[in-house]
Amino acid sequence: MKTLRPLLRAMLNSLGLLVAVVVLNFVLIHAAPGDPAQVIAGEMGGASPRIMAQIRAEYGLDRSEGAQLIDYLDKVAHGNLGFSFYFNEPVLRLVFSRLPATMLLILTALVLAVLIGAGLGIVSARRPHGLLNQIVSVISIAGYAAPVFWTGLMLLVLFASIWPVLPVAGMDDPAYPSTGLAHIADVAKHLVLPATTLAIVYVAQYSRFMRASMIEALQADYVRTARAKGLPERRVVLKHALRNALIPLVTIVGLQFGQIFAGAVLVETVFAWPGLGRLAFDSILRRDYPTLLGILLFSAILVIVANLITDVVYRVIDPRIRTGRA
Amino acid sequence: MSATTASATPPRPAVLADEPQAARPGHAPVVEAVRLYIRNPAGMFGLVIFFCLVAATLIGPYLYPVDPFDIVGAPFTLPGGDPILGTDYLGRDVLAGLLHGGRASMTVGVVAAGITIFIGVTIGAFAGYFGDRTDALLMKVTEFFQVLPTLLFAMVLVTLFGQHLSITTIAIGIVSWPPAARLTRAEFLRIRGLDYVKAARAGGAGPLYLMGRVILPNAAPPIIVAATLAIGTAILFEGGLSFLGLGDPNVMSWGLMLGQNREYALDAWWTVLLPGGAIFLAVLAISLIGDAINDALNPRFRERH
Repeated sequence: MKTLRPLLRAMLNSLGLLVAVVVLNFVLIHAAPGDPAQVIAGEMGGASPRIMAQIRAEYGLDRSEGAQLIDYLDKVAHGNLGFSFYFNEPVLRLVFSRLPATMLLILTALVLAVLIGAGLGIVSARRPHGLLNQIVSVISIAGYAAPVFWTGLMLLVLFASIWPVLPVAGMDDPAYPSTGLAHIADVAKHLVLPATTLAIVYVAQYSRFMRASMIEALQADYVRTARAKGLPERRVVLKHALRNALIPLVTIVGLQFGQIFAGAVLVETVFAWPGLGRLAFDSILRRDYPTLLGILLFSAILVIVANLITDVVYRVIDPRIRTGRA
Repeated sequence: MSATTASATPPRPAVLADEPQAARPGHAPVVEAVRLYIRNPAGMFGLVIFFCLVAATLIGPYLYPVDPFDIVGAPFTLPGGDPILGTDYLGRDVLAGLLHGGRASMTVGVVAAGITIFIGVTIGAFAGYFGDRTDALLMKVTEFFQVLPTLLFAMVLVTLFGQHLSITTIAIGIVSWPPAARLTRAEFLRIRGLDYVKAARAGGAGPLYLMGRVILPNAAPPIIVAATLAIGTAILFEGGLSFLGLGDPNVMSWGLMLGQNREYALDAWWTVLLPGGAIFLAVLAISLIGDAINDALNPRFRERH
């Protein structure tokens, strides 16, 4: 029970944040210049008077704004995120159909970034003044400064016209539809460039971050103790220091989920990856506000869930937090 | 790091080492920081690139007075001929775009970073100074803004309120301030309990005076670093928004060049390589400067590594 209470509080907090995001969505629709009905229908293509009248009736736009807000909250609570007149589909269904592609891209990039980034960080922390450390420094600063959409575009140009060994667009090959294992291989091939592009930014950040926390961990008393009692250096680094140095990394990975999602929007746009980011791009082009706002809301939910998971993982790897003896 | 730090005297107690720099009289810390900065090759390298970029975008348009929106030749003219850096898909001069576009990108970067730091420092200062309920409330607001993926939120703001450079700038500021607020809050929480703040309060100083004139100068080093890095982030942001087609179509910027030429990247690689490279160089320079300032302002941190 004692361990559950903070978790319960975190979940309540998340619920509050969620309601706030829904309210923000509502405020944005109404604060935007022009008629809210126009916003909901999407300007592009000039909604017909019939659709406009239908929207006015459905959203009760002639009522007071308080009543509309309560109505809107109720709609969202029942999973109704509005209707995309451009895609001619409910927004929620649209979002769910694109979610798997985005999650595949984000999680692959994250695993790559954590493994490579943490690895580089650990190795360079061993010799803070060595050559490798300098190289990691350069990689991390360059990786941060290179705009992710630019890295992507350059890889696209490279692999499309100069060295065509990897597909540069889409998630599978529509010309050769495949099933089963062949399809998995096809998707994996299409995943290489987008995932690498997205991972580069975070390899840069994580290696730098990991190096700093590893250097700190290696100077701690318990590491000196472990060395003093004659443990092999490998075991000292990987077992004693790493476990403690990983804690801050877990936190930033979790807290940066929103940023990674934003990076995915750009990467998906470059490589025509059929996920939520590409959907966001398409809905900007069409001024499809319900879809865009639905994605904003949905991404906020993803971030909130990621934060909750971080909180739990954090408690698991650091017993000091679990018992409140921090 | 031997002669420069103030450790010529025998080792001092650790507590003294934690005293903020401005507690010592005079301008010595600033001079010391500048000296440390100058001796940092990466930082000087960043500064040189940055000055070159600023000079190019300030003076360049006068030395090379071609309108970046004018069609000067056939589309997709290769670099190396006339014009020197080639033309884009409409036949517009790429070099003119880079020089004029830099002005907009840099301006957005600096102004948006200013907005970011202003909002962040104000909220962080109030939260950290007053604590308790003010802190709880302001941190809830901050947490709320952190739940929204920044780029997506900025995309929504620009889509709803119009594609205008000023709206882009404000949107970037609105979505980016939470980390600055957290940083400032942490510094204010730490400093508000120190003796010299208590002394100033006992001397009759009001909250605004204490926040602005007593605590803020001592909280400045990390905020200065954050402000520097925020310029780079804002330039990246402007690039990303423009890349997605949300740039101001009437103002040339590096991001706009990338966004408009994106579809033709395979036919005209130079029209995306160059503006993206310009963004890369600018952000790289700013990061190097930010890191060097950080090292110069926190010599103790540097010594540990």
